[in-house]
Amino acid sequence: MLSRTANHLYWLGRYLERAETTARLLEVGGRNALLPNLSGGHRNEWEAVLQANNGLEAFRAKYSDPSQRNIETFLFFDRDNPSSIASCINLVRENARVVRTALTMRVWDAINSCYQELQEMSRTERSQISLTDLTDWTMRTCAEIRGAIEATQLRNDGYHFLNVGYAIERADNTARLLNVKYYVLLPSVQYVGSGLDNYQWVTLLRSMSAHRAFIWTYDGEVTPAKIAHFLILNRLFPRSLLTSMEMASDHLDHLARGYGRGTEAQQRIRNIVAELAELQVEDVFDEGLHEFLLRFIADNAALAGCVEEVYLQGEAA
Amino acid sequence: MNRQKSSFYFDEMGGGGTIRPPYSGLDSWHRDMPVDIRNFKQHEAEALFRRIGITFAVYGEGGDPERLIPFDMFPRVFTAGEWRKLERGIKQRASALNAFLADVYDRGEIIRAGRIPADLVYRNEAFEPAVLGFRPPRGVFSHIVGIDLVRTGPDQFYVLEDNCRTPSGVSYMLENREIMMRMFPELFLQNRIAPVDGYSSLLKKTLASVAPRKCETDPRVVILTPGHFNSAYYEHTFLADMMGVELVEGQDLFVEGDFVYMKTTEGPKKVDVIYRRLDDAFIDPLCFRPDSMLGVPGLMSVYRSGGVSICSAPGAGVADDKAIYVYVPEMIRFYLGEEPILENVPTWQCGKEDDCKYVLSHLPELVVKEVHGSGGYGMLVGPKADASQIEAFRAKIEENPSNYIAQPTLALSTCPTFVEEGIAPRHVDLRPYCLVGEKIELVPGGLTRVALTEGSLVVNSSQGGGVKDTWVLAE
Repeated sequence: MLSRTANHLYWLGRYLERAETTARLLEVGGRNALLPNLSGGHRNEWEAVLQANNGLEAFRAKYSDPSQRNIETFLFFDRDNPSSIASCINLVRENARVVRTALTMRVWDAINSCYQELQEMSRTERSQISLTDLTDWTMRTCAEIRGAIEATQLRNDGYHFLNVGYAIERADNTARLLNVKYYVLLPSVQYVGSGLDNYQWVTLLRSMSAHRAFIWTYDGEVTPAKIAHFLILNRLFPRSLLTSMEMASDHLDHLARGYGRGTEAQQRIRNIVAELAELQVEDVFDEGLHEFLLRFIADNAALAGCVEEVYLQGEAA
Repeated sequence: MNRQKSSFYFDEMGGGGTIRPPYSGLDSWHRDMPVDIRNFKQHEAEALFRRIGITFAVYGEGGDPERLIPFDMFPRVFTAGEWRKLERGIKQRASALNAFLADVYDRGEIIRAGRIPADLVYRNEAFEPAVLGFRPPRGVFSHIVGIDLVRTGPDQFYVLEDNCRTPSGVSYMLENREIMMRMFPELFLQNRIAPVDGYSSLLKKTLASVAPRKCETDPRVVILTPGHFNSAYYEHTFLADMMGVELVEGQDLFVEGDFVYMKTTEGPKKVDVIYRRLDDAFIDPLCFRPDSMLGVPGLMSVYRSGGVSICSAPGAGVADDKAIYVYVPEMIRFYLGEEPILENVPTWQCGKEDDCKYVLSHLPELVVKEVHGSGGYGMLVGPKADASQIEAFRAKIEENPSNYIAQPTLALSTCPTFVEEGIAPRHVDLRPYCLVGEKIELVPGGLTRVALTEGSLVVNSSQGGGVKDTWVLAE
């Protein structure tokens, strides 16, 4: 496979996942805005959302007031925001358009239809579209594209590059969401047990579409340690760091087997997975959740850099 | 007005009451189709084109950069007998054009024999000194020849121009058929329509058959595209997909030693045949335009030493120049010893004094074209032009006569076309795609372009033209 083709597929996977993450953030922000205003209230909530999206500064530079309408615009429609849903979908389609030959008709069709609908929505009077419409639409179309990929793509190297991108992006997003919630919202001592911290953690779970799943898995009791365990170490949860990294590992192994040679990327991912698999949630808190997450984000970024170097830039083997 | 027109132009369905046989199956089809069904189908066709992404890109003009070429659902039909003649004529022409190219880059016998003026060839902008003395595999320079034809009567076809470089549009021929079969399967049960979908495997076979001398394995074929900003990018991806070959950009290829390689996730892979959809000037910055970012440095030297094949060969454009066009019948006689089966449109070359005098005094009735122009730009359609346009063109011709040729305004045939009020005759042309490699092949069909504006003779998509599915009926 052409290195350039692999590169486009890898980024297609990353932007597809990023679009979904932004939609989830938007959803949880909208939900929180409906809740009673405790300690700084909704304003604070939206800021946390922007921070998780890595866009607080860009937002402040462009918009005066963090009203829901402005935030919707920024996170959904604004092409100047590289993580907005419109930007991500646009990049998904641009990457797909360049490598059409590497995609099945069904996948292209799903991506292209999604893009056409997005164009349509950008032309629609905003008062006609609710926040729920925006987030539901994004989740649905991302699921459609993902479904088309799973149902129709050949399980060849292109498929694995797409999924490596998907997995790396997903781990990165989970780590960042957790990290933002960690230092913005980790309850100060006086709030512990007051219900407020509980509600903040639930917000975090919701932002990963994980609230119900968590309740089923841990029998209802919400504690920071259990949440950290769930999001970092639990193999049952599809967005946990361990699950995402095992996914990346599987697909990198497929590539190494298919090509008959391993690379530094396989070595790196094995190290990351080995550490996570051995880890106890107490170890994470001993190291410091924040410090642990920063280290993970850096390791994951180094893995991404390595994948680009050994596969996507087309250096002579 | 309408009546006058329909008697003046040959209508392929028959116009005045009698239906010509190839169209007999379509008369009741369109009559029985209720308007709402028709609108629904038209809408469906457009949605399909957009969803599949069959668009051509127009950047820098504002509006949606991805445009659809309007698709008309009323097919254009040829009988088996009509097609047999066209096929023989097209193959004859494609083979003479290739013989001409092989000759002018070799000993230039046709020039020595005084049949074509030397200046016209050797001082032509499209003439490529870099390939002088080089004989490409099987002596073929132009592997895909698009021949633009128009019709003026039941048995009267003219060649409007030849395209020996990289003629585009074949994806429309194939997709128009797919969409018609999907929307109107009953038509394909009732009519015996020769299939065109063998084109891509024929193309691949043709390209593989011209593998370079040094290739010792199954040749690896790739398509070289300028990239996704190119207006024909969809077609490039489509052909790559149908043939199962990589679609590469210049940045994916590099030269090392005697060969060309592509950068892959498994390291470099040798490339043997490049079907390039890139103009000569851009393919190798070391040989042609040094500022080209689209090409591959060193490609030409590998080509000349037999390490890779380039299709079409650099320099093939000299055969499809409008000034050379006039001499194609002469080429057929010279190289093949045959009489041309398809006629040229009578052409005045403004570079010749007598011709120029005639053209300048008959501008309102002629079509004047730039010798190197394409896409329907830079041309004057005398009968449709007003006095100021004609005078403007007169000045241009007087300034640089040899840059222009003129032809009579042909009474282009019409084909029924869906319009607001039902169907109406609209002018059409035809571009079949002839493949030249080990064999000369032609699938039964081509791209019919239709001028959707009433009375217009310009069918180019850049000027408001549309496309139709083109049927050849089996015997």
